[in-house]
Amino acid sequence: MLVYVLKRLFYTLPVAFGVSVVCFLLVHIAPGDPLTSVLPPDASAQLQADMRKIYGFDRPLIVQYGLWVLKTLQGDLGVSIATGRPVAAELRLALGNTLMLAVLATLIGFVLGCLFGFVAGYFRDSWLDKLASFVSIIGVSVPHYWLGMVLVIIFSVQLNWLPATGAGPGGSADWAWDWVHVRHLILPAVTMSVIPMGIVARTVRALVADILSQEFITGQRAKGLLDSGVFRHVVKNAAPTALAVMGLQLGYLLGGSILIETVFSWPGTGFLLGQAIFQRDLPLLQGTILVLAMFFVALNLLVDVVQTMLDPRVQRA
Amino acid sequence: MSSASFETIATEGTSPGYWSGVLRRLGRDPVAMFALLVILAMVLMAVFAPLIGPADPYRGQMLRRLRPIGTPGFPLGTDELGRDMLTRLIYGARLSLLMGVTPVFIAFFIGSAIGITAGYLGGKVNTVLMRTVDVFFAFPSVLLAIALSGALGAGIFNGLLSLTIVFIPPIARIAESVTTAVRKIEYVEAARASGASALTIVRVHVLGNVIGPIFVYATGLISVSLILASGLSFLGLGVKPPEPEWGLMLNTLRNAIYVQPWVAALPGAMIFITSISFNLLSDGLRSAMDLKS
Repeated sequence: MLVYVLKRLFYTLPVAFGVSVVCFLLVHIAPGDPLTSVLPPDASAQLQADMRKIYGFDRPLIVQYGLWVLKTLQGDLGVSIATGRPVAAELRLALGNTLMLAVLATLIGFVLGCLFGFVAGYFRDSWLDKLASFVSIIGVSVPHYWLGMVLVIIFSVQLNWLPATGAGPGGSADWAWDWVHVRHLILPAVTMSVIPMGIVARTVRALVADILSQEFITGQRAKGLLDSGVFRHVVKNAAPTALAVMGLQLGYLLGGSILIETVFSWPGTGFLLGQAIFQRDLPLLQGTILVLAMFFVALNLLVDVVQTMLDPRVQRA
Repeated sequence: MSSASFETIATEGTSPGYWSGVLRRLGRDPVAMFALLVILAMVLMAVFAPLIGPADPYRGQMLRRLRPIGTPGFPLGTDELGRDMLTRLIYGARLSLLMGVTPVFIAFFIGSAIGITAGYLGGKVNTVLMRTVDVFFAFPSVLLAIALSGALGAGIFNGLLSLTIVFIPPIARIAESVTTAVRKIEYVEAARASGASALTIVRVHVLGNVIGPIFVYATGLISVSLILASGLSFLGLGVKPPEPEWGLMLNTLRNAIYVQPWVAALPGAMIFITSISFNLLSDGLRSAMDLKS
C-alpha cells in the first residue's frame, strides 16, 4: 500500500511540473505587453522599463520561470496588477467561498445522483428507470448558467423568496451559518449540484445494473438472500467507484465555478477569475488558475489512493 | 449495377455489415431518431437563417425594447436593443453550432492521430505523447477553456482554439487505450509478421477497429462543447457583440430578467435543446454500437 502511494505520488510530480509550466506560459501567450493594463498609454519609456524590471519581465523566460516557482513554493503568488494587493491574500478568501459552495453542491448532487441512479439501475427498464435516466440526462445537458438564471427568475424575481446575487449583507467577510447568509447559498448550490447529480446518477445506474447481473447475486438469491441483503452487496460493490466519481466532480466544480459564480455574483475564485480576465490582471489570472489546477491534481491523487484503500480489487501497485 | 443490388440485400439483413447494423438499430431507437430530427432542424435553421428569419438580426429600435413574448410582429419579443428575438435566435444557431461542433470535430482528428500513434508505437513515443496529454488532462475542462481564452482574449478564433485544445486530451486518451488493446490482437501480430508496414497495418487493420469507439466518445463531447462554447460567450469571451450567439444573447439579456424574464431565458433554452439532443443521439449511437460507457 505504502509503495503504491509513493509510486502514485512520484507519478504526480511530472504532471504538477507540466501544470506549472502551462500556468506560467499563460501570461506569455497573452497578446500585448502584460503591463499595458496598468500603465497609462502615454507612459514614458523610462517608466515602462522600470515597471518591467519591478515585475521581472526583463529577464530570460527560463529565469522568470525558476524565480516564479521559487516564489510560488514560498506561498508568494505575486501582486495583483489591478488592486496592488498580494494574489495569495485575494485567493484565500475566494477559495473558502468557492469550497463552501462546491462541497455543498457536490453533497447534494451525490445524494440525489445515488438515489436516482440506484432506483434506475435496480428497476431497470421500468418507467422509474426511464424517469430517473431522463432526469440524469437533463442534469448533464443543461447549461447550468442558464439554469441559474431560470431559478433566479422563478425564486427571486417572481416569488421573491431568495436573494438573486451576492453572499450576504457584508459581502462574504462576515459569513455565518445563519439564515441571513445561508439563503444566499441555496440557489447557487442547487444550480451547481445539477452537474454532479447527472453524472453520479449515470455512473451509479450502470454500476448497479452491472452488479445485479453478476452471478454471485443470482447465487446468493438462490440461497435465499433477501432484497435487503442484495442491497448491502450492491452498496459495498458500487461505493468505491461512486465515491471516486464524487471526488473528481468536486474538483471539476471548483475549477468550473466561474460560470455559476458570475450568474450569482458569488465572491469565489470564479468571480476572481472573471475580474482577472476583464481587467487583464495577469498575475491574478495565473495565480488563481495555478491554485485551482494544483487543487485538482491533488484531489485526483487523493481519490486514487482512497479508492485503492477502499476497493481491494483495484491493485495497481 | 450489381453492387447496388448487393447493397439492398445487405441492408435487408441477410449479411449485414457492422455499420449498416448499427444504423438499423439506431433507426429503431425512437428517442435517438427524434434527437436527430431536432439536430437536423437546428442545422437547417442555421443554413437557411436569411430565408427563415423574419427581420434583420442586427437592426433594433430603441422605442420597442424588451417587448414580451407574443407581441404582434415580434412573436418571441424583442431584446434589450429592440431587435427581434425570433430572428436572433434563428441566426444564433449559426455561431452557436459552429463554436460548439467545430472544436470537437478538429479535436477528433488531432486527438485520434495522437492517441493512435501513441497506442500503436508504444514505448518512449507513447510515454512522451501521453504524459503531455496528462498535463492538459490535469486541468478541469472549464478552467482550461477559460484560462486559455482568458489569456488569448475574446474572439471567435481564440474561442475555437481554446476549446479544441480542451477536447484533444480526452479524445487522445480514449484513442490510445483502444489502439493499445487492438494492437495486441493476433491478426495485427500476423500482419506485422508477414511484413506489412506500420502505416498499412494502422490503415487496414487498426483504424477500422478503433475509429468507431473514438467517434462515439467524440459525439458525447459535443453537448459539453456547446455548453462550454456558449458559456465562453456568456462570460464575454468568445463571440463579441453584436453577433447573434445564444450564450452572448443570454449575457446581454441578463439585466433584463427583471423586465422580461422569459424573453431573457429564451437563448438558454435553445442551448439546452441542442445539447440534450446531441446527448440523446450519442447515447443511442452508443447502445446501437453496443459499447459500454
